[in-house]
Amino acid sequence: MCLAIPMKLLEMQGVRGTVELGGVRKEIMLTLTPDARIGDYVIIHAGYAIEILNEEEAQQTLDLLREISEIPADGTAD
Amino acid sequence: MDDKVITLGHGAGGEAMRRLIKELFVKEFSNPLLNTLADAAIVKLNQNQLAFTTDSYVVKPLEFPGGNIGKLAVCGTINDLVVMGARPLYLSAGFILEEGFPIRTLERIVTSMSETARAAQVEIVAGDTKVVPVGECDGIFINTAGLGICPLGHGLSESPITEGDAVVISGTIGDHGIAILAAREGLALQTTIESDCASLHDLIGSVLNELRGVKWMRDPTRGGLAAALTELAESQQCDILIREAAIPVQDGVKAICELLGFEPLHLANEGKVVMVVDSSEVERVVALLHRHALGHAAAVIGRITGYGKGVVRIETEAGGIRRLHRPAGELLPRIC
Amino acid sequence: MEPLTDFRDAHVVRQIAQEIAHLGLCSPVRLMEVCGGHTAAIYRHALHDLLPPEVKLISGPGCPVCVTSNDFIDQAISLSTLPDVSITTFGDLIRVPGSTRSLADMRARGADVRVFYSSADALEWAKAHAERIVVFMGIGFETTACTLAATLAEAARTKIGNFRLLSALKTMPEALRILFAAPDVQVDGLILPGHVTTIVGLDAFEFIARDFSIPCVVSGFEPVDLMETILMLCRQIAEERAVVENQYRRVVRKQGNVRAQEVIREMFEPCNMPWRGFGVIPESGLRLRTTYSQWDAANISVELEPPQEDAACRCGDVLRGRIHPTQCPLFGEVCTPDTPRGACMVSAEGACSAVYHFSPVNHGR
Repeated sequence: MCLAIPMKLLEMQGVRGTVELGGVRKEIMLTLTPDARIGDYVIIHAGYAIEILNEEEAQQTLDLLREISEIPADGTAD
Repeated sequence: MDDKVITLGHGAGGEAMRRLIKELFVKEFSNPLLNTLADAAIVKLNQNQLAFTTDSYVVKPLEFPGGNIGKLAVCGTINDLVVMGARPLYLSAGFILEEGFPIRTLERIVTSMSETARAAQVEIVAGDTKVVPVGECDGIFINTAGLGICPLGHGLSESPITEGDAVVISGTIGDHGIAILAAREGLALQTTIESDCASLHDLIGSVLNELRGVKWMRDPTRGGLAAALTELAESQQCDILIREAAIPVQDGVKAICELLGFEPLHLANEGKVVMVVDSSEVERVVALLHRHALGHAAAVIGRITGYGKGVVRIETEAGGIRRLHRPAGELLPRIC
Repeated sequence: MEPLTDFRDAHVVRQIAQEIAHLGLCSPVRLMEVCGGHTAAIYRHALHDLLPPEVKLISGPGCPVCVTSNDFIDQAISLSTLPDVSITTFGDLIRVPGSTRSLADMRARGADVRVFYSSADALEWAKAHAERIVVFMGIGFETTACTLAATLAEAARTKIGNFRLLSALKTMPEALRILFAAPDVQVDGLILPGHVTTIVGLDAFEFIARDFSIPCVVSGFEPVDLMETILMLCRQIAEERAVVENQYRRVVRKQGNVRAQEVIREMFEPCNMPWRGFGVIPESGLRLRTTYSQWDAANISVELEPPQEDAACRCGDVLRGRIHPTQCPLFGEVCTPDTPRGACMVSAEGACSAVYHFSPVNHGR
């Protein structure tokens, strides 16, 4: 049960939060991510946020991978 | 049959149910009409071709965003007639009620059935009512049987399914399954996803009135698109390739599936039709569907790739290709 | 940013696959993943189809339902027969067969067995039903353990006395140590579990690279993540390096989730734990500290028969990566998702289930 997906934190009341993805809202617990702030993407597992998504790192990963995908792997033009 | 008792899996629309039907019901009742296991039996009576079908409805909760058990009972049976290329004419409605069931709720359900039937120009002409003591049925169970006459418009094409034919879905998948799931307790999910429960007589009529190239149709209810396509492949021994990226799925359905580990392809739909269409007419079919309120998200999702073992394959979003099997194991019980 | 779809780009996936092919690995490379989420993602997205033939992916003991031994299910079944006990659990577990039957069978016979997505929801239910003893089936690795710890902490704080945990919680490092110390292990690289590592941090797995010279990369769950991870592992292998690297940089921090680790430490202590396929692994499980023993369902006395193992079931070998699911004689014929003989077929994250649902072949149908 490692199933965990990133959802956006919309509301917080103490240790409870409301997250959203694709228009679906869910109430979850923020006990394990005390530094989470509204607007963060948090990783949700079994009703708890277990980490905050680092958007900068996410963007860097995407940019790096897009670089890879633009340069043909064998050096020849596409 | 090896199984000793009925399990929820036997009703799930997947492998176990298929085995039960094949190894018990079809074996015992066997006749050419039944053995095709189509959505409705096409019966020749004098000069006419009639379509005859039945379904029982045990959905829980009884009332859900987008519909209720009554609306479902009418739409579901009408749709089984329509996808066989028949114009729906008459329904019967049998009710099994639990002692203590609120009359107000029953009124809402029955009003809904009446409105839905009228809108489809279908008459409910026969019925039955049974009441059982508390605890011996869960609130209300409904059975509807339906009679229709072929053809609806030009009806289904007589040409066999061939390589190159297109597979078309009339809209987004998984809506009903997710609406039911979200309406059940214990998930703390808020979503605006509604069941797509709808009668398809007008949508399909609008296509069949104009064109002759629709070769096969199914409404992908229990077991979802995966069950419908694997049934097609097996019954026709044709091979199918579909593209995951082409399948319309609402964002909310996708999100809930990711969150809970469901596959949209396995989820029930109650207002959608999947069609196999001659390649020469596919663009016009999609255009006609798009013009209709119920078909605005219609899309071509794949092709018949030939004849062989009756295999369905899917090209995933990531670009890999794998088999698409009939769903197995317990899915969501009492989905329709 | 679209957190899910951004990492599914088929074009990017194809390019990474080509990069892997261009490393020119001459002998087969066996990469093991130890996370049910990775198992499911690899099969669901058909990544095998995209990799060069010299890269082989194997499943290890990554499915928490699958590695749960029979006696845990048997204990839950015995508890479910007590008139005031309600069994609460995550979804998959109810269909897993114990020695003789499953919780689903007990439910069909009138036992109160309820599925919850979150232990926090089960606690809320317990609060609203003070007359019931609500036992939560604690299966999972560190990812789930921290959520259960948080729920138990809340139960203790708010003095909800009718909520209990039956723990079969497991921690990964010791199991991996046993796996890699075995003489017959044939693994060239390890895909580290994405969310377990999110909790425990990278250093917890340092020993695998250091003591066993096996390259390790922690991976996200999207197709692009897994492909990039495989590329990183293959590069280490080609360059004869063995270190721990982080592909899932957007989520995994080097030190892990410190708060989650604290909560686990506060509520639980390490204990010996039986793993299907491995026997008892010392210090690989979590049990509630004695301070919290009143929330421990292990203290509820029930009569237990000694657990019986299904002699024909090969789940243990599948979990150790020794055999592929299709090499189990029961696979697809006797053992199917509708008629499961072992846990690996029941769980959505089990290797056998993944192969059955997504494989190229029409098993046993």
